[in-house]
Amino acid sequence: MSRVVDQDSREAGASGIGRAPRRAPARREPRGRRANLAESLHAEWTKLRTLPGTFWLLLAIAVLTIAVSAAAEAAVPCSAADCGQDPAKVGLTGIEFGQAVVAILAVLAVSGEYSTGMIRVTFAAMPRRMTVLAAKATLISGLTLFAGAVAVLGSVLVGRLVMPGKGFTAAHGYPRLLALTDSSVLRATGGSVLYLGLIALLSLGIATLIRDSATSIGVVLALLYLSPIIAGVVSDPHWHNRIERYSPMNAGLSIQATRDLAGMPIGPWEGLGVLAAWAAGALLAGGLALRLRDA
Amino acid sequence: MTTTSSVTPYRTEVHSARDGFAQSLRAEWTKFRTVRGWIIGLFVAVLVMVGLGLLTATAGSIQCGGGPGNSGQRSGAACRLNPPLGPDGEAVFDTFYFVHQPLAGNGTITARVTSFTGLYSPQGAIGSGSDTAGMVSGTQPWSKAGIIIKQSDAAGSAYAAMMVTGGNGVRMQYNFTHDVAGTPGAVSSSSPRWLRLVRSGDTITGYDSLDGTHWTAVSSATLAGLPSTVQVGLFATSPGYTVTTQNFGGGSSVGGPTQATGSFDNVAVQGAAQGATWQGDVVGTAKARAADLLQAANYQQSGDGFTVTGTGDIAPWGAGGLGDGRPVEQSLVGAFAGLIAIAIVAAMFITAEYRRGLIRLTLAATPRRGRVLAAKAVVIGTMTFLVGLVASVIAMPLSDHIAYNHGRYILPVSSLTEFRVIVGTAALFAGVAIFALGVGALLRRSATTVTVVIVMIVLPYILAVASVLPADAAQWLMRLTPAAAFSVQQSLVAYPQVTASYTPSNGYFPLAPWAGFAVLCGYAILALGLAHLRLSRRDA
Repeated sequence: MSRVVDQDSREAGASGIGRAPRRAPARREPRGRRANLAESLHAEWTKLRTLPGTFWLLLAIAVLTIAVSAAAEAAVPCSAADCGQDPAKVGLTGIEFGQAVVAILAVLAVSGEYSTGMIRVTFAAMPRRMTVLAAKATLISGLTLFAGAVAVLGSVLVGRLVMPGKGFTAAHGYPRLLALTDSSVLRATGGSVLYLGLIALLSLGIATLIRDSATSIGVVLALLYLSPIIAGVVSDPHWHNRIERYSPMNAGLSIQATRDLAGMPIGPWEGLGVLAAWAAGALLAGGLALRLRDA
Repeated sequence: MTTTSSVTPYRTEVHSARDGFAQSLRAEWTKFRTVRGWIIGLFVAVLVMVGLGLLTATAGSIQCGGGPGNSGQRSGAACRLNPPLGPDGEAVFDTFYFVHQPLAGNGTITARVTSFTGLYSPQGAIGSGSDTAGMVSGTQPWSKAGIIIKQSDAAGSAYAAMMVTGGNGVRMQYNFTHDVAGTPGAVSSSSPRWLRLVRSGDTITGYDSLDGTHWTAVSSATLAGLPSTVQVGLFATSPGYTVTTQNFGGGSSVGGPTQATGSFDNVAVQGAAQGATWQGDVVGTAKARAADLLQAANYQQSGDGFTVTGTGDIAPWGAGGLGDGRPVEQSLVGAFAGLIAIAIVAAMFITAEYRRGLIRLTLAATPRRGRVLAAKAVVIGTMTFLVGLVASVIAMPLSDHIAYNHGRYILPVSSLTEFRVIVGTAALFAGVAIFALGVGALLRRSATTVTVVIVMIVLPYILAVASVLPADAAQWLMRLTPAAAFSVQQSLVAYPQVTASYTPSNGYFPLAPWAGFAVLCGYAILALGLAHLRLSRRDA
């Protein structure tokens, strides 16, 4: 991660140098044309592309997700027929880990600019703040979907190699283990990729709202990780059910279920919808704060 | 303002203590207390921890079906269990069939066990109509029958017993938590066991023998304050049968009642009062879970031979399903949220210096770089320890009180354990803060640092308690990752003589409390060590 630090100081230096001369020609180009989304996208892409951290974070999303999935796949046995395990859930366990890296990527895309003061340059160049946010959201979620697809496909591939050796065989009731042609498996895998994309949007919204990177990432991870722990100690069935249905991680990850759907607190797509509502809410709050507040 | 010297010294005097550790501490303390956001962060840690504790207590109302003679749903305090307390103050199961007579003063009871059988229902279904309908024969590993000397026939009173068990040979058990192995092996008519208990004052000694002539002392129990007249006799009992399937969060279990029958002969009580007669009683039914009990408990006598059938258990409570009682540490579940706040503050305590370039000034003022790191560790460790202490001291009694009023039974613990849970939680806060400081000094980026710390501390716990991982993998996670430190909050005790699912999801950690905490300390020291290496080898 040493390169990340170099980048930090480089960026800080660049903005320091750039600020003074750029302030002098006060309103130099009111050429009747404001930066549109395509130009915003281009600018954001240039920023992201030239940050050395971006590549490593994308790589980390894929590698760490696959690694944790592989560890879970190697750890969960199915010793008898009807062992009750959901192979998609086992094979995609790494998503619970990978989402933390997605959160870093998304949070830094916003809070990184605030910590270096770059955000003032960005908004000076592109005064339409919503366009900037939309460009960031498009790029970050796109990159996350790409890395997430690699992560999910890698996890499934490893699972198909490893899990039969742990007892997930046709004899134990898993004739088409993690076959992507299976519609429920396709829903679990594709849904997991979407899940990561929505986590990126959620993180982006929260980071826009909070601006500080450490606090943003802490809030995102608290929002995600605390719900299963709290659900574990709440004995009231109604409250337990509510937490399972409306918390972003529990609800969102229900997309990974491929069996016993009837017994779940919330259906797969409904669960992902809950997460989407969280992400939309966070982006809305972030966008509103961005509009109303000084940068 | 004195003007004795008109010449201002060119520079302040360099005291020998100038770059002493105390100076570094003072400098770091000044930095810490003057950043408002960090102080707010500490308050937030207390608030979220207490708040979540209260939330889980408030949202913890329980429902229960009508008890015997009471139809309809009940909820809240009406459902609260009220298990008897053992001699040491812990909650216990004390339900068994007791064939007894009084014994005044010292004496001896001897019996030969010729057979030990049992019934259980593998599907967990309780037969309606006939109690034993649908049950198959077989004993549980800790079904037990034998001889017992007990303070009185009240549940929870002090006792010492010699017994045969379903799968663990002859045992001597006393006062619920103590268990000593005797002759191993199963009992049959061709291989009977002789059991003997000798009372001498407060001391009861248990013996076993294969032939009734060669006796081996198994153990001695000192039951403080045993009255001169005690109840002595035969007993049988059998704990509920459970099968735990390990998946999706550490297991669901099905189970049902069981019963055990012991056949005795050569029953003799020395020192018994003239004309004392045997009397059969079920001990403890009223206070135990009625649904788990069969009504088959009884005894038959022919001469000095007895057949005793019973169900229940004589064992510490609290093992296994937590639905039965709320361990005190459940009030501290908010520690997870508090720790996230602490990790943010501790990470920023170092990474903010890098972002603002303050680190260069700090190192110019204190060129000994290790000392800077140590001073920061002491400051953040002390502050977070105090925060953890305050939060635990508020959260625990308050949430326990609310949960109790909502019908939860709070498992009683000794004040020493309670002290350890509270101080341990405070130490957990300090340990995580110092770990975050070390990682922050190593990585120098706040977002990455906070993520690494949260993922290493909270995620293993989630994977262990609420994921697809099987129990053994979950236990390894709780041994190897910094999350092992949550064992410092465990107030439950795992008893080998009680069959239960001792998994992290049920509140049982594989490492002893302070051993688990030591794992976190190891990670913190490793992070600080690497950070020191990087700090002294590289430019800041």
